[in-house]
Amino acid sequence: MEHPKRLLALIGPPGVYLTLFFLLPLGIMAVFSFRAGTIGEARNVFTLEHYRQFIANTAYHRLLWRSSLIAFGIASISTLLAYPLAYFLAFQAGERKLTLMTLIIIPTWTSYLLRVFAWKLILGTNGLLNTFLLSLGIIDRASPILLYSRNAVMVTLVYVWVPFVALPIFAALERIDRSLLEAAADLGCKPWQSFLRVTLPLSAPGIIAGFFFCLIPTLGEYVTPLLVGGGQGAMYGNLIQDQFVRALNWSMGSVMSLAMLLAVIVLLALFSRMGSFSKLLEL
Amino acid sequence: MSEPAVELRDVTKVFASTRGDVTEEVYAVQDMNLEIAQGEFFTLLGPSGCGKTTTLRLIAGFERPTRGEIFIQGRPMSKVPPNLRPVNTVFQNYALFPHLNVARNVGFGLEVRRVSRSERERRVHEALEMVQLAEMSNRKPSQLSGGQQQRVALARALVNQPAVLLLDEPLGALDLKLRKAMQIELKQLQAQVGITFIYVTHDQEEALTMSDRIAVMNKGRVLQVGDPVTLYERPASHFVADFIGESNFFRGVVEAVSGQVVELRVGGARVQATASDSPPSPGQEALFAIRPEKMRLAVSEEDLGLHGTIQEVIYIGTDTRYIVSVEAQPPVAVRVQNGCGIAPQEYRRGEAVQLFWLPEDAHLLAD
Repeated sequence: MEHPKRLLALIGPPGVYLTLFFLLPLGIMAVFSFRAGTIGEARNVFTLEHYRQFIANTAYHRLLWRSSLIAFGIASISTLLAYPLAYFLAFQAGERKLTLMTLIIIPTWTSYLLRVFAWKLILGTNGLLNTFLLSLGIIDRASPILLYSRNAVMVTLVYVWVPFVALPIFAALERIDRSLLEAAADLGCKPWQSFLRVTLPLSAPGIIAGFFFCLIPTLGEYVTPLLVGGGQGAMYGNLIQDQFVRALNWSMGSVMSLAMLLAVIVLLALFSRMGSFSKLLEL
Repeated sequence: MSEPAVELRDVTKVFASTRGDVTEEVYAVQDMNLEIAQGEFFTLLGPSGCGKTTTLRLIAGFERPTRGEIFIQGRPMSKVPPNLRPVNTVFQNYALFPHLNVARNVGFGLEVRRVSRSERERRVHEALEMVQLAEMSNRKPSQLSGGQQQRVALARALVNQPAVLLLDEPLGALDLKLRKAMQIELKQLQAQVGITFIYVTHDQEEALTMSDRIAVMNKGRVLQVGDPVTLYERPASHFVADFIGESNFFRGVVEAVSGQVVELRVGGARVQATASDSPPSPGQEALFAIRPEKMRLAVSEEDLGLHGTIQEVIYIGTDTRYIVSVEAQPPVAVRVQNGCGIAPQEYRRGEAVQLFWLPEDAHLLAD
């Protein structure tokens, strides 16, 4: 009799929290997606009009697709950069491991906005990068295109995400039994062969975790594109924000948000269908 | 063909151990010289921390000797990385690849060496048959019992047909019964494949059961190398006599020497022991050891042997163990087998007895 009570005490608070702040808003959003208007009488009119509009408007789809590609690119680059970092920390850093790990984490304690703004200063027309390139004579005129572009969004978000992607990869690498690498060498592997045959597959759960850890929030990202993206660097998240804040069309915004949620679910489903995801997690 | 499979020449391995600000040099292996013959089942035996695993890792190439040279089949190994050495290792924790099934674990070495698929499949199958795991080839290591994992590790190493197989306490994690069975199996397997085995263990019984020759190690040094009979019957030092089996140690003063037989005075009694090399001279103090089962108890009117009193009688089925207190010596253990015509618990506690042995069963020790 004690057992179910204790279980309830354990999962109760997070359950209430998740229900209040995730499930309920999601429900409210779903309700809004069927409302004809955001305020007044229109609130009580049921309609599928916004869904129809969303399906009809290919510009929305293109932006969602492009944002997905950008997010995919950011997650891929972040993972590629984070892997050597995590590998170095796990295998080469020795006793300095914790110190270096802390040094990597410390910048992430500063405000996210601050870090994005820092890139504005670096990439701006009179920014650090332009000044540097000018002084070296590599360019003869400050380039205004560094900032306010899709590349600026990618550079900034990769910078923001690398430490976070490195964490799960580091954890996965740390878990690898070092005697497995000796066994691989013993069985004839050169170091790079040991890496491809043993280290990489065994760290795959960390890679996948880090990748999705970055991909999913990036897909809905709107602050960074707003600050450094300009018109060309706008992402799907900015569109949603516009609907809610500027157009005050909460219904349309809700439909678009739900569409993105669906996109993420489809993405995850496809990945787990590929088998590797669930199989690797069995380890 | 008389070339040794493995030779260690003056091999020393020093580890730097830092504690706080003090860096200390620790000799894991010191001035080690060994020759291991082709096809031999050779065991490195010693307590934990004696350097036996380090020695194995030096041969495998995971560690580099600080000084000295290791030869495998006559070739110096100092510049050869582990992946190019003609040896394979069975690791203590098996180190099976968790992401690969049994067949791919066993075929790993062949795959790396680009052995053709058909050849690989044939050899993997053969190796798995040899360890009786052919039907498990699609399982993951985590789905196997400890004993089965051990066999996979063995097959994974043997399938590469190494010149030397290195085994680091491979049976340590198994329960006693399985361990005993595997000891016999390993020994038979070694005879069958004819590969040189270098086996590391801290279990003296295991070493005696399986080995052609044993090197007893302590504190980074080899104390004695010999076949099981020599090590047990003629231990050269206090450590070997104590570590392999059980020994009673006596301290006496040499009275007379004739050939290898030395007469000593222990307390009030005159006893005899045998020296293995140059015997000590009269007047010197000497230490000698006798196995509990090599001693006899008797009650005699004559003043012969070592006098003692039965302190404890322990009946353990096949044997009776007597603990006998002897003046000015540590208590002596005597083992009497409950064989045909011998009454168990022939002597009672408190009874006065005399201790006898044959001079050749009492070994004078170096230290």
